[in-house]
Amino acid sequence: MEPRPRSFYVLTAFFTVFILFLYGPTITIGILSFQGEGGGLTFPMRGVSLHWFYDLFEQQAVGDIWGSFRRSFLLGLMVMIVTVVVSVMGGLAFRSKFPGSNILFYLIITSLVIPSILISLGVGLLFSQSGLEVHWSTSGFGAQLTWTLPFGLLIMFAVFNRFDKSYEEAARDLGASPWQTLRHVVLPIIAPSLIGVALFGFTLSYDEFARTLLTSGSYNTLPLEIFGMTTNVTSPVLYALGTLTTVFSLVIIGVFLCVALIMNRRKSRQASDAGKGDL
Amino acid sequence: MNKLRENTALKGWLMVSPLAAVLFFFLVLPIILIVIVSFWRATEFSIIPAFEFDNYAFLFGSPVTYTVFFNTFKYALITWACTLLIGFTVAYYLAFHIRSLTWQIALFLLCTIPFWTSNIIRMISWIPFLGRNGIANSALLSWGVIDEPLEWLLFSDFAVILAFVHLYTLFMVVPIFNTMMRIDKSLIEAARDAGANGAQILWNVIIPLTKPGIMIGTIFVVTLVMGDFITVRFMSGSQSANVGRLISNDIALLQYPSASATAIVLLVTVLITIGILLRFVDIRKEL
Repeated sequence: MEPRPRSFYVLTAFFTVFILFLYGPTITIGILSFQGEGGGLTFPMRGVSLHWFYDLFEQQAVGDIWGSFRRSFLLGLMVMIVTVVVSVMGGLAFRSKFPGSNILFYLIITSLVIPSILISLGVGLLFSQSGLEVHWSTSGFGAQLTWTLPFGLLIMFAVFNRFDKSYEEAARDLGASPWQTLRHVVLPIIAPSLIGVALFGFTLSYDEFARTLLTSGSYNTLPLEIFGMTTNVTSPVLYALGTLTTVFSLVIIGVFLCVALIMNRRKSRQASDAGKGDL
Repeated sequence: MNKLRENTALKGWLMVSPLAAVLFFFLVLPIILIVIVSFWRATEFSIIPAFEFDNYAFLFGSPVTYTVFFNTFKYALITWACTLLIGFTVAYYLAFHIRSLTWQIALFLLCTIPFWTSNIIRMISWIPFLGRNGIANSALLSWGVIDEPLEWLLFSDFAVILAFVHLYTLFMVVPIFNTMMRIDKSLIEAARDAGANGAQILWNVIIPLTKPGIMIGTIFVVTLVMGDFITVRFMSGSQSANVGRLISNDIALLQYPSASATAIVLLVTVLITIGILLRFVDIRKEL
């Protein structure tokens, strides 16, 4: 290996600073959430305690956190499942041109770049004008899909752009029906990227704020609850909640990454040995 | 042959029908409704169907509108410049200076994980840093750089842009890294063999080939910043305004018609900006 140029060390330092910038604040509130009972929102730490975490479990102290967590979790799962299914179907459809595919593609891009507050306002108006009640599981659900579906579809487009069609042709030559080709050839090949789509679907929904603001009705989702707290809670209990949700997000990300890793391992273990010359 | 084509068209439509339904009910219809309501009239407690241009007339007649739009562009431009510089450097480091694919993926993931956590909490987490008695002020005081705490760290334009850069640099790193990884390494060797130095390779080979990634990152960052209302409200302590805040204030006052008019003007502005950016890149080819 050739020796590292000097620029490598400069850039490594830059990258390290960037990572510190990215994670530093989150780690800081992680530390501060263990603030002692008399402590405030900044350093110094006045002792170390779990006081603020206990506070979270007392319902009256800070509103309906656990209810909002349950709703956000459920909504995240709903959005995740629908995002995966609809994105795969859309990705498959977009492999061949069909009338109207261009318009639909531009709608997807619009859905991605439109300011979130327009979705919030528009869906809110749509429901109120047609006499329906806004609720997180109906209007909130739909509003969040306009944010997660474009991501899911862009991933599917990227996947199918790299997809080797000869696998399908081989399956067809062997007499597989279109459904069998899809079920036993295409889906297993794209499965690892579906983990990515699912991760996007769940986390984007779980953290979504702007698109749910006017569409969730009288029951808040967790990000709305947290934002409400920022205006009237001025104790480290805010940090405790922030730390808990961040840890929860990290666990979810970890689970998804592990599943993707295991699937990749299994795929390479089961892969054909054709062409390797083993007899 | 004709029948086969009809068949694929039908199949395509069936497959995208759920997608089309979601986009129709939760994107197209709401936009149409916002356009309609922007011509309505508002009283103190209700909105009345009408067809008048009062909302737009008021919007374009008010000097506040121009300041707020100027602010929005200012935030977008500064954030864009910062995220591009940082994002490009990080992506360049990952793509060209890290030599093993495993490390590239690991460090790339390290950069993207915060994207999957809550934006609101990432904003809140700046409080202990930037506050009057925060880490930044105490550090500067103890080093003797300043004599009294800086007041403009939290709740200022500085804080707003810092938060934007913190939240959205990822959106630059990912597409730029993606295009850089597809650059044929032999092109760089060829440039080196032809006598180009590092800076020349960067300027004449890598940057031109990375342009599509830069454009996609730009589209993300610019639209996210222009459509934002919560970062500006939270990080400026309600002292600065952008267009998104103008809309959300109207909504809070139940002035839906004027909120709608502002929203339409914002949407048109964003779409024109995107339209200009899309002239430089074919998104479908770049995925």
